[in-house]
Amino acid sequence: MNQTALPIDMDLDDGPLYVAHKKVYPQSVSGTFRRIKWGLMAFCLGVYYLLPFVRWNRGLGAPSQAVLVDIPNSRFYFFFIELWPQEVYYFTGLLIVAAMTLFLMNSVGGRIWCGYLCPQTVWTDLFYAVERLVEGDRRERMRKDAAGGTVKLRRLGEITLKHSIWLLIAWWTGGAWVLYFNDAPTLVKQLATFQAPMLAYIWIGILTATTYVLAGFMREQVCVYMCPWPRIQAALTDEWAVNVTYKYDRGEQRTSLKKANDLRALGETVGDCIDCNQCVAVCPTGIDIRNGAQLGCIQCGLCIDACDTVMKKIGREPRLIGYDNDINIQRRQAGKSEIYRLIRPRTVVYCAMIAAVGGLMLYALLTRTLLDVNVLHDRNPVAVKLSDGSVRNAYTVRLLNKRGFDRVIAIDIDGPPNATVHVVGVDSITRDRPMIVLGRDQTTELRLLVTTPSDNKLEKSSPVKFRVTDIGLGEVASATDNFVTP
Amino acid sequence: MTDHSEIDKHSGTATTGHDWDGIKELNTPLPRWWIITFYACIVWAVGYWVVYPAWPLLSGYTSGVLHYSSRADVAVELSNLEKIRGEKMVTLGAASLADIEKDPALLALARARGKAVFGDNCAPCHGSGAAGAKGYPNLNDDDWLWGGSLEQIMQTIEFGARSGHPKTHESAMLAFGKEGILKSAEIVTVANYVRSLSDLPTSQGYDAVAGRKIFVDNCVSCHGDAGNGNQEVGAPNLTDKIWLYGSDEATIIETITNGRAGVMPAWTGRLDPSTIKAMAVYVHSLGGGQ
Repeated sequence: MNQTALPIDMDLDDGPLYVAHKKVYPQSVSGTFRRIKWGLMAFCLGVYYLLPFVRWNRGLGAPSQAVLVDIPNSRFYFFFIELWPQEVYYFTGLLIVAAMTLFLMNSVGGRIWCGYLCPQTVWTDLFYAVERLVEGDRRERMRKDAAGGTVKLRRLGEITLKHSIWLLIAWWTGGAWVLYFNDAPTLVKQLATFQAPMLAYIWIGILTATTYVLAGFMREQVCVYMCPWPRIQAALTDEWAVNVTYKYDRGEQRTSLKKANDLRALGETVGDCIDCNQCVAVCPTGIDIRNGAQLGCIQCGLCIDACDTVMKKIGREPRLIGYDNDINIQRRQAGKSEIYRLIRPRTVVYCAMIAAVGGLMLYALLTRTLLDVNVLHDRNPVAVKLSDGSVRNAYTVRLLNKRGFDRVIAIDIDGPPNATVHVVGVDSITRDRPMIVLGRDQTTELRLLVTTPSDNKLEKSSPVKFRVTDIGLGEVASATDNFVTP
Repeated sequence: MTDHSEIDKHSGTATTGHDWDGIKELNTPLPRWWIITFYACIVWAVGYWVVYPAWPLLSGYTSGVLHYSSRADVAVELSNLEKIRGEKMVTLGAASLADIEKDPALLALARARGKAVFGDNCAPCHGSGAAGAKGYPNLNDDDWLWGGSLEQIMQTIEFGARSGHPKTHESAMLAFGKEGILKSAEIVTVANYVRSLSDLPTSQGYDAVAGRKIFVDNCVSCHGDAGNGNQEVGAPNLTDKIWLYGSDEATIIETITNGRAGVMPAWTGRLDPSTIKAMAVYVHSLGGGQ
C-alpha cells in the first residue's frame, strides 16, 4: 500500500485534515516471548479451526458434533452439556467469569489478553509472518515500498502471492466459523460441491472480509483507534501489576557503545541502553516502549526479546526491558530490595469471584433437572362453576423432557381434598392420575382441568402442587399454583 | 485571517492557531481510514435517497427506484402466512373432530387457530376467555343449551341460534306474562317453584302444589317433567346451579313474563369449514366439552 502524500490538499488550517497512517514494519525477532507467542498462536488457531470436527456421541437422532450451535432447533451443544434457550443464563455466568479472568490477568501482568490472546493480535501476527515470508524482513519491505513507482514483475508476483495467502487464511477463518453452526463434515462436503445453504456462503464472505481487512490492513489501528479495551485496561491496572517496562533505573543517557565510552571518560553518566532502536523495529504497533506505558503498547513482549538479544551481544545484563513496575524501579534507584506482590486484595477478590461464579455455575449445571414442569393458571375465567355446583380451574402445563429418549409421565396433584385432574384430549386408563408420553428432547403443552366437588368448603384461593413423575426413572419435578373459587 | 498556528514544543505537533485565554489546542487530525469511512457513509446515505423512499413532497413522497414499502412487505408476509396456514388447515379439515382432540399436534393447532378466531369473532359476546356474561353462555362450564359434544358445538357455531339461517337452532321461551297466558300471581308462584327445583329458597306463603300445576301445564313440554331441560329445543336445565340470566326471583319472573330468545349468528359462510372445526375443538377443549 502506498502511504505517501495525500491526493487532495484539504488544508483548512495548517495541518492536513487527517493524519497519514505510518505503516509499521515489524522486524522478525526470536526469544522467549516470541516462542510463547508462536505456541499460543498455534494453540488458539488449532482450537478454532479444528474444534468443529471433534465428534461426541449423543445417541441416535442427536447431533454428533462436540461443539454445535443448533439455531433451527434452538439448542447449544458443548461436549456433555446441552443447553436450551431458557438456560442462556449459563452464558451470563461464563461472561462474568471471562470478565473476572481478564481483570485478574490485568492486575497480575497487564495486557496479557492484548499481547498474546486477542484474535486481532493472533491473526495480525500470522499475517505479518506471511508478509515476512513472502516479501522479506523489515528493511527489505521498507525498501520495496519506498521503490513504489516502478512496478516490476517480481514485485507484482510477491504482492499477489501475499494477498492470496492472506485471503486463503481469511477464507478458512470464515469457513471454520460456519462449521460451528452446522454438522461440520456435511457442510464441508456441501461447500466443496457448492450445495451449501446461501447463509453459509454469506457468513464465510463476511468473515473472510473482516479477517482480511482487520489483520491485513487495519492491524494496530484497531487497537489504537477502535478497541475500547485498552482504555478500560488503563483503569484496571495498578501500581503492583507488572507490565512491559523500560527500566530507566539502568541509567540514562542513551547512546552508542563507542560514544558511551567517550562520555564516561569525560565523567558523564551513561545508561545501559545503546539506542539501537531494536525495540521499536520489532514492535507490531510501532511505538517506543522507552517512553513508558502507553495506549499503543499491546504488551506482547517482543521488545524484551529484541533488547535481550542486543544486551547479550554487547555483554550487558539482559532484561533492560522486561516485566516490571514503577515501584520496583524506584526501590532499586533508592537502593532498596525489590518487592513483587502477587497476592493483593484485588487479585484475591478476583480469584474469589471467579471461584464463586464458576462454582455456582458448576453446581447449577450438575444439579439441573432434566424433567421440568411449568404451570400457568387460566386468567380468564380464573374459575368455572359447573352445573352440579362443583368448581373447576384450568391450567396450561408445559412439560420439558431434556433427555434423549421418550418417557412416560404421570401427573399428580396435591391440592384441595377430593380434587380430580383431567388432561384435555387424554383418556387415561389410570383414573385421577393421567399419564402421557413425553417426546425426547422437547417440550409438550397440555391443558389440565382440576375439579373439586361442590361440598368442598374452600378458601378463595388455596395452593395446588403439580407433580410429574417419570414412571421409568422415578425422576420427579413439580410446580405450585393456586386453586381459585368463583 | 492571520495564522497563529505554531509548533508545540513539548509534543512537536502543530496547534490549530486558536487561543483561549492562553490555552491552545493541538491539531491532532483524524486518521485517514476514519475520514474515508465518514465520506463513504455520506455517499451511502445519498444512495438511500435514490433507492428507497426518502423525501416528502406536497402530495406523497419520493418512492425511490426500488419502490419499497413496508406495507407491501407486510402484505407479502401475511399472504405467505396464509399459505402456510392453508397447508396446515387442510390436514385439520380432513381429520375428524374426535381425531383432532386425540392428536396432540392437531389439538395444539386447532386450539391456537380457534383461540385467535374466537378472539376476533366470538369475544364481543362470550368474552375473551369465553366466560360469558348475562344472557351469553359461559363456554367453560358443562351446562349446554344445545349440547356440548364436539358435533353439537360445531353445529351451533355453523348455523347459530335463531340466526335466520335455514338450519339454525329455533325455539322460543314464550312471553307468558306479556301474551296473557299467565297472570302475575301465577308467574310469581311458578317462579318460586322453579327456584325450588334447584334447592333455592322460596318466598313465604308460596303454594308448592299450585306451582307444580302451573309448571306441568305450561313448561314441561320444553323443560321436561323434572325441569331437566331439553337440548333438542335449547331449553335450559332448571335444576342445576347455572343460570344464564340469573336465579333470583325477580329475574325469573322477568324471564317468564317477557320470554327469552337469545341470538347467535350463523358462522358458516363467514368462516371456512376448517376454521369452524378448529373453533369447535377449541370451545370443546375449554373444559366443559362432553
